[in-house]
Amino acid sequence: MIGGMSREGWINLAVLAGLLVVPLWALWADEPFTITLATRVVILALAAVGLNIALGLGGLVSLGHAVFFGIGGYAMGILAHHAQTYTSVMEWPLLIEGTKSMPVVWLVAVVASALAALVIGVLSLRTSGVYFIMITLAFGQMFFYFAISWSAYGGEDGLSIYVRNGFPGLNTLVPIQFFGLCFAILCAVLWLTARLMRSPFGLALNAARQVPVRVETVGLNPVRLKLVAFVISGAITGLAGALFADLNRFVSPTMFSWQFSGEIIILVILGGVGRLFGPVVGAAVFVVLEHWLGGLTEFWLIWLGVILLLIVLFARGGIVGMLAGRSVAHD
Amino acid sequence: MTEPVLETRGITKRFGALTASEDVSLDLKAGEIHAIIGPNGAGKSTLIQQICGLLHPDAGQVRLGGADVTRMAAAARARAGLGRTFQVSQLAMEDTVLQNVVLGALGAVGRPWRFFGAALRDAELRDRAEAALAQVGLCDVAAMRCADLSHGQRRQLEVAVALSLSPRAFVMDEPMAGLGAEGSKRMTGFLSELRGTAPILLVEHDMDAVFALADRISVLVYGRIIATGTVAEIRADRAVRDAYLGEEA
Amino acid sequence: MSGILIIEQVLNGLQFGVMLFLMAAGLTLIFGVMGLINLAHGSLYMVGAFAAAAVAAATGNFVLALGAALAVAAAVGAIVEVVVIRRLYATDHLDQVLATFALILIFSEGTRYLFGSFPLYLDIPDALSGPVTLPGGIQYPLYRLALIGVGLAVAVGLWLLIERTRVGIRIRAGENDREMIAALGVDISKLYTLVFALGAALAGLAGALVGAIQSVQVGMGEPVLILAFVVIVIGGIGSIRGAFVGAILVGLTDTLGGIFLPELFKLFMEPAAGTQVGASLASMAIYILMSAVLVWRPTGLFGARA
Repeated sequence: MIGGMSREGWINLAVLAGLLVVPLWALWADEPFTITLATRVVILALAAVGLNIALGLGGLVSLGHAVFFGIGGYAMGILAHHAQTYTSVMEWPLLIEGTKSMPVVWLVAVVASALAALVIGVLSLRTSGVYFIMITLAFGQMFFYFAISWSAYGGEDGLSIYVRNGFPGLNTLVPIQFFGLCFAILCAVLWLTARLMRSPFGLALNAARQVPVRVETVGLNPVRLKLVAFVISGAITGLAGALFADLNRFVSPTMFSWQFSGEIIILVILGGVGRLFGPVVGAAVFVVLEHWLGGLTEFWLIWLGVILLLIVLFARGGIVGMLAGRSVAHD
Repeated sequence: MTEPVLETRGITKRFGALTASEDVSLDLKAGEIHAIIGPNGAGKSTLIQQICGLLHPDAGQVRLGGADVTRMAAAARARAGLGRTFQVSQLAMEDTVLQNVVLGALGAVGRPWRFFGAALRDAELRDRAEAALAQVGLCDVAAMRCADLSHGQRRQLEVAVALSLSPRAFVMDEPMAGLGAEGSKRMTGFLSELRGTAPILLVEHDMDAVFALADRISVLVYGRIIATGTVAEIRADRAVRDAYLGEEA
Repeated sequence: MSGILIIEQVLNGLQFGVMLFLMAAGLTLIFGVMGLINLAHGSLYMVGAFAAAAVAAATGNFVLALGAALAVAAAVGAIVEVVVIRRLYATDHLDQVLATFALILIFSEGTRYLFGSFPLYLDIPDALSGPVTLPGGIQYPLYRLALIGVGLAVAVGLWLLIERTRVGIRIRAGENDREMIAALGVDISKLYTLVFALGAALAGLAGALVGAIQSVQVGMGEPVLILAFVVIVIGGIGSIRGAFVGAILVGLTDTLGGIFLPELFKLFMEPAAGTQVGASLASMAIYILMSAVLVWRPTGLFGARA
């Protein structure tokens, strides 16, 4: 297996190794901030891996993925808020208590964002192309304003969670342990995504992006394929949102902002659309750029804009594309 | 006499003042190639779209295997046994030849909702796909990307995808389009044998191919069928000569 | 709830609507003619507002400020079209989204670099300040009334331009068939630059006009841009008429929803909870409107039927 590994496979392995080595080095060198940065990379990568399923495989240019990130974040925020104030989320028709348990939070985040993706997907997929872009952007804004107006959960100010949620057997307050948890989730999702890309569903979705008419004339429904991809995609980005909220111990409406939707797309494009590890590379490069350029100048976003423009105009395929050459068929 | 495999009964389609199909009735019987010819703008494409379910007629019926499929969407008709090829190849260019045909097999088997196992390692899908590739003679290039194929190979692959559905009937929109003399000849030979697998409704501009292949020919002019008959009958038909063949001769 | 309040709010909604129209008209024109989705349209709105605020601060003259907004936005639009945008016409929507998103970053941070993070203020000119008494004794700010007038005048002007002038004929031809228009000997790239600059000028004008009743600050353009997208989804891409109807609908829905929904819910809920639910629902009203249109007519009220 290793002997037959493609160049892209080696690059992927190197990326994973790097992502693991840096925080371990930081632990040894006692640089907790670097561990936090690495955790940020892993979580953003997870959000972008989610988007990549809709964008890279399904060809759905969603400018509203912050919705799912935000829903994941608020799932964590609301549950933890009730747990720390000793109140219940609702008492009627059934009693729902808050919780500080990560697995429960994750489950709620995934289910809630998948449901939102289903509703938004059903509506948005009635159209395609530019309409789809504008509608997903609009739904993002809807959630943003809703979060602002929802004063029960902090409105514009958001919610602060004092203590990070727990995971059985781990002390999540220790940076390296929380990093490990996020890293394990990213690896698991990457593995599942790799399976998905080769599966019958992945093959059909891939074709639905390129030639929807063909997919229809072999008896499959391209819109339904894309809808399922959108739901899976939203669920993964939602999970990332829950982790992000736990990283910061804070949620606010900015998790729903259109800028964030744009940023996740940038992560995917920087790394390489439709590549398994494209989003991971993109997230790493983005966080490094943010940190490095941000240290040089207050106006680092100008330079991000310029870099992005150059990539769009001259370097389609992203970083993984440049390094690995064009993708090869996987067997 | 047995029921035709594919049949239209009195199909009519209007776009505003333009009548694209007017009372079109034709049938396709087991084992035959039924060619539809007609000048540009005669409504051949519109007719095919209606037969395949990408357009819906204002009046009339489309029947497949004796059942009324007029209200069915394109995907449902494909599942009911309609294998279609396109005038302009509709292939996933980034994917390999094998992946393209497996897509057809996936449609035929009807189970795209599997998210884990590798599609290309599924024996059922793979057998179907490889059989279709073998029949059109593309086994050698199965691992090549579609984008790297020659035009002629893409036309063959187009047929292979339809074939992988194991359809009851083929609807082919100009399978000879863009093929040179040599390619046309090979495709003609291939289609001639294919009619034994399933009958073919053939829309084609290449008259040599049509006269060589067709068991019957229908002539479509201004959305109406002005004549249906054997090659000899159509060649001899006065109205057809006036309306169509005469122009080109 | 008095009749006067209702009329006042309807006027507010109209004012909001016509300003949205100025944005949406440019966007829909640019999409219709060039097939481009332009996220940076909100940046041109911001550029217009900043140009107006800077000129007003230097000269104290509101008319000059508006002129500057139009000229600067049109010029910036033309430059951006020539340098970046025209390379995007042949690319897919994803590239267009990314490149114009990059332009937003450059414009926003560039403006912050030039003007700082604090909002600027643009004063309403003396001649238009203060209220005016409408028939029925309704007091309404003259400036807002003037905005409605300007918006309607621009709508009529655009209609005349597109229906009645040679340039308009070319624009309509460009929407229908790019090759044909090139064959007619029209310099297509000049036409594209012109259409883009026209859209930019409209956005800049809207930014300057609204800048006088709100603050002028970095990031002011994008919320309006997204609302303009909602307008276009409702009205149908490429249709100026659809943009107008959609803009008025969105303007009225948003304004009236914000006032009346909390009142409505107070009727049958506790006041505090009713206000909360009503306000939350009002924040979503236009998106619910958009969803309803999508279910009913996926290509918008005046869009070409697929």
